[in-house]
Amino acid sequence: MSNTVLSRGDYWFSLLTKGAKIRRGQCASIKVADGDILGQVARFIAVVPDAKNKYPRAAHGEVGLLEGWTLAQVVHEVIESDKLNSNKTAIIAIIDVPSQAYGRREEAFGIHQALAGAAGAYAKARLAGHPIVGLIVGKAMSGAFLAHGYQANRLIAFDNDEVMIHAMGKESAARITLRSVTALEKLAASIPPMAYDIDNYNKLGLLYKLLTITNPDNASDNEITLVKQTINDAITDIIKHGVDLKCRLGGKDRHTSVVVREKMRAHW
Amino acid sequence: MPNRDMSFIELSARERARRILDQGSFRELLDPFEKITSPWLEPQGIVPEFDDGMVVAKGKFNGKPTVIIAIEGVFQGGSMGEVSGAKMAAALELAAEDNRSGIATQALLLFETGGVRLQEANLGLAAIADIHSAIVDLRRYVPVIGITAGTVGCFGGMSIAAGLCSYLVVTREARLGLNGPQVIEQEAGIEEYNSRDRPFIWSMTGGEVRYKNGFADIIVKDSVNDVKTAIIQCMNKGLPDTLRSDDYDYYLQKLNAIDTSKQADATLVKNIFGRGDRK
Amino acid sequence: MERIELTYPATEKLQHKALAGVVGSGDLEAMFIPHQEKMLKIIIKTSVDGSKHRWQNLFNRFASLHALPMGTLEINDFASTPGVAKLRIEQVFEEANYA
Repeated sequence: MSNTVLSRGDYWFSLLTKGAKIRRGQCASIKVADGDILGQVARFIAVVPDAKNKYPRAAHGEVGLLEGWTLAQVVHEVIESDKLNSNKTAIIAIIDVPSQAYGRREEAFGIHQALAGAAGAYAKARLAGHPIVGLIVGKAMSGAFLAHGYQANRLIAFDNDEVMIHAMGKESAARITLRSVTALEKLAASIPPMAYDIDNYNKLGLLYKLLTITNPDNASDNEITLVKQTINDAITDIIKHGVDLKCRLGGKDRHTSVVVREKMRAHW
Repeated sequence: MPNRDMSFIELSARERARRILDQGSFRELLDPFEKITSPWLEPQGIVPEFDDGMVVAKGKFNGKPTVIIAIEGVFQGGSMGEVSGAKMAAALELAAEDNRSGIATQALLLFETGGVRLQEANLGLAAIADIHSAIVDLRRYVPVIGITAGTVGCFGGMSIAAGLCSYLVVTREARLGLNGPQVIEQEAGIEEYNSRDRPFIWSMTGGEVRYKNGFADIIVKDSVNDVKTAIIQCMNKGLPDTLRSDDYDYYLQKLNAIDTSKQADATLVKNIFGRGDRK
Repeated sequence: MERIELTYPATEKLQHKALAGVVGSGDLEAMFIPHQEKMLKIIIKTSVDGSKHRWQNLFNRFASLHALPMGTLEINDFASTPGVAKLRIEQVFEEANYA
């Protein structure tokens, strides 16, 4: 394997998969390895940049057509191979995805369907009892995040300026909402769901843990151990609490989502 | 006038739901009089709607217990906010619970949506993830049928939701795609995607090409009766043998075989994905 | 967005709650909920700032032509034209009478 680090996601993939068995044969932008996390059997999956991507709009780590369907494939493999096991392999999604791929081929060849393939596979795996942990080390944007990570039972993120979770990049969001980028940033400062930073995101109650890593591009041994331990704890927590996404509903700034569910149940 | 046909597209979300369900069976949940509006729009100076643009109704379809979840495309472009998203997710979650306890509640989803409501960005995105999860859960028990009629169409994270449905019904007036034309042009340039070239946009994402290229199961005229007939056809098929979203072998084989040295056009897409039996 | 509250004397008894319209460009939604007090309370949220005068004129005209209904009328307005506004309000009162 080459020593060149392609992205922060690639860096964390390699840190977590030392000694693991690398899967080959799929597109170069999807890295997959089978190993363990402090003794818990796991498949690790990352989306990484591939400068020579057959689909050039997905060359920088975006989730595109091949990426979406390949994620579907490699997640289905885990479901299939554990079909008869009660002890399900964990899936660790290492998340550093700047966006979905924007392009003509992407729309024409059905990128929405490719991302449905990925999101659907992760959701199926979770419902089948595979503990899924999403480790957000960089960007987790929009459709790319929906396809790779948002179906995880638990999300862990690094408390770092380059960690960003959002529905749309600032420039496009400003254009679509007919605001200037400055106006958008000003609003985002007072409206937590609009914010781009991880601290505001954390207020929404969607994260299991927010970890302080001094330099996520060059982590210390202690920090690597902390990350592994937190993933392992998350897996234990998942096994204890079940397959659904209820654990995401506790946030103060996501309270209305709880109210709606309670009322819907009462009226049902 | 039970037998007289009418346009489906021109109806509001509530009227669509009411007319699809068996006559007299419509019962709305969290209706506008509950006034559960978005907590995020007014602080941004945006007028809310009493139902947050989401209509959830229980009733019967063809005599069977059904929940219909209809997005009002007129309000904020059918965008998914915290409340509207939670309404859809909660209804799907409860329908799955019904099925687990022996009530075969089936779900109809009417998509008229641009995707995440950017004013509620991360909460819209989180709600869409919940919706994806709930569709995948529910479709194990009963067919989850998506319908996108227009005029908004179905975009963003909700196009992924459409892609997760057991069956998808479209009209010629619908469009289905992940990214809106403006955003693609902004991100990739006008050569890649000219958002003002309407015939081009329709040739890529219009309901008819989506149907012909296998990204939708049935195409119908803009008619309440035809939409209902299509739903019955889907329901009669039962659970699909292969879900479109599970068909990675088929799609990977196609995508790997395409020569990407030249740009795509409608003819190329048809040659690759076109279903010969769909004229 | 502007929030406007208006109150008018009212005598007409309508039986039902009712809703008309949607919050879309050039349109509004109007919700009527009856009560026993002899007044019509109107709460408007509108995307058009500085439009209080226009709404007052609209309801003054209503009041001069009909006995107003006893209840609360809430309007979410997305830049409706005067014609559409009048139509929706008539619709919601009509529905509240016969629904």
